[in-house]
Amino acid sequence: MSIRIEHLNYIYSQGTAYEKQALKDICLEIPHGEFVGIIGHTGSGKSTLIQHLNGLIKATDGTICYNGENIYGERFNMKELRNQVGLVFQYPEHQLFEVDVLSDVCFGPKNQGFSREECEKRAREALKLVGLKEKYYQSSPFELSGGQKRRAAIAGVLAMQPKVLILDEPTAGLDPKGRDEILEQIAYLHKETGITVILVSHSMEDIARYADRIIVMNQGQVMYNSTPKEVFAHYKELEEVGLAAPQVTYIMHELAEKGLAVDIGATTVREAADSIMEVLGR
Amino acid sequence: MIRDITIGQYYPAKSILHRLDPRVKLTATVLYLISLFLFKNLSGYLVATVFLIVIIRLSKVPFKFIMRGMRPVIMLLMITLLFNLFLIKEGEVIFSAWIFKITEGGLRNAVLMAVRLIYLITGSSLMTFTTTPNELTDGLESLLKPLGRIHVPVHEIAMMMSIALRFIPILLEETDKIMKAQIARGADLESGNILQKAKSMIPILVPLFVSAFRRANDLAMAMEARCYRGGEGRTKMNPLRYTGRDKAAYAIVILYVAGVVAVGRYVPLHIWIF
Ligand SMILES: Nc1ncnc2c1ncn2[C@@H]1O[C@H](COP(=O)(O)OP(=O)(O)O)[C@@H](O)[C@H]1O
Ligand SMILES: [Mg+2]
Repeated sequence: MSIRIEHLNYIYSQGTAYEKQALKDICLEIPHGEFVGIIGHTGSGKSTLIQHLNGLIKATDGTICYNGENIYGERFNMKELRNQVGLVFQYPEHQLFEVDVLSDVCFGPKNQGFSREECEKRAREALKLVGLKEKYYQSSPFELSGGQKRRAAIAGVLAMQPKVLILDEPTAGLDPKGRDEILEQIAYLHKETGITVILVSHSMEDIARYADRIIVMNQGQVMYNSTPKEVFAHYKELEEVGLAAPQVTYIMHELAEKGLAVDIGATTVREAADSIMEVLGR
Repeated sequence: MIRDITIGQYYPAKSILHRLDPRVKLTATVLYLISLFLFKNLSGYLVATVFLIVIIRLSKVPFKFIMRGMRPVIMLLMITLLFNLFLIKEGEVIFSAWIFKITEGGLRNAVLMAVRLIYLITGSSLMTFTTTPNELTDGLESLLKPLGRIHVPVHEIAMMMSIALRFIPILLEETDKIMKAQIARGADLESGNILQKAKSMIPILVPLFVSAFRRANDLAMAMEARCYRGGEGRTKMNPLRYTGRDKAAYAIVILYVAGVVAVGRYVPLHIWIF
């Protein structure tokens, strides 16, 4: 159960004045059950990359294998791939269309061919998972607040019970509380069900807190691909491409420079606090 | 597929056509379109073809890109072609089977009408390919200014037109995104009969309309916030000004129209049935 990407290239509007190479020679492997963070500056190709993973965009060049099977193969079942790889687009609330929230969340399972009862059961589970209160199930999705709409839309993909969940900047435009809640729920889902989660974000803090591995994209290429610790050790290089390491990285480095023997590899506030306490001998 | 629609789009390039005054291009386009209907002889078509090819080369818009814009109107072309082919009964019958009969006149009309339509679409898309929506609005507003005297809201019309043009690519992009999002949720947009297909469009059309209204609302707000209040007393940062190049272009277009009409009417040229 894994996704393997080999020498992937993608060019938008090939052969016109708008031609743009969005991805250059991407090679990646994402094993099952991993929580992967993809980070990169706006326009670095994150959204383009993840749309390849469920076949919405066909690579100009290169191959993608899902569970060892080439998704561009002739007999490959694309519909099944889309059932297994759930993709939550950026601003997913823009795709809501049904008369009430519950029906909208049922859209996915209905397309998968489940019975009415089964659809509703899955929709309710998904809605519960994203923390949308039951009183909203029958209201029009257009009446909800921004954060609630976002939850309903994410539930729309979760209800399909994908084995791989990809989220494209799921917290863009949300307040800090809404952001933390949604990320917590995604982390919970990952822990409970063991599905693969691919989280696209441009907040280093968010990614550092949850991801097992970070993929840094820059101008259509993979710049780094390793654990948060190793990636953030390159905080100077990250700055050069318009990104930044989490704030704790900077603090730890400065403390270390001032002669305090703290762990400069700490990536979350928790780790940093523990390390400082330890050094101070308390 | 949805991105194939290029009508009304701007194609950035550095060409003499891109630099022309928008008023020249607007006038020339209208004259060109009218001229297409002022001749009957094959010789006229020949002149019009040469002119169009020269203009396309001058515009530096790739031929492939222009052809791509044709794809969405192929259905329309086909329908016109078939109607002309089977419904016009003139001259000798050249083909007949069951209830279908094709006559010389039918074939001639069908082919020539299709050619005219293609030239019409190519000609007008060339104008939008080489003119930004802003220039287009300025040009239109300036050309229609005399109508303001009889209380036609010229500025508002021009503004609406440019906003509409500007929104075509935005809405296409939006449609593309929404389609992808629904396909990712398992929506099936291809199979089924017409009724099922129409039904499968709902998950795309509803969000599209919602987003169009949201965008319209945002734009209106932004305009209000910058104190936009219509055309009266409004000045321009770059007022339109004719240069020698523009005058030459006018002369060439007028010469062309006169030429194509004269040749197309008075120089007979017959090849087979045409
Ligand atoms: N539909 C499109 N047509 C043409 N170019 C595009 C399209 N979508 C994205 N691009 C270009 O591809 C590059 C990568 O975009 P994207 O994958 O959206 O980046 P990110 O999600 O990292 O911000 C950008 O330079 C962008 O301008
Ligand atoms: Mg993006």
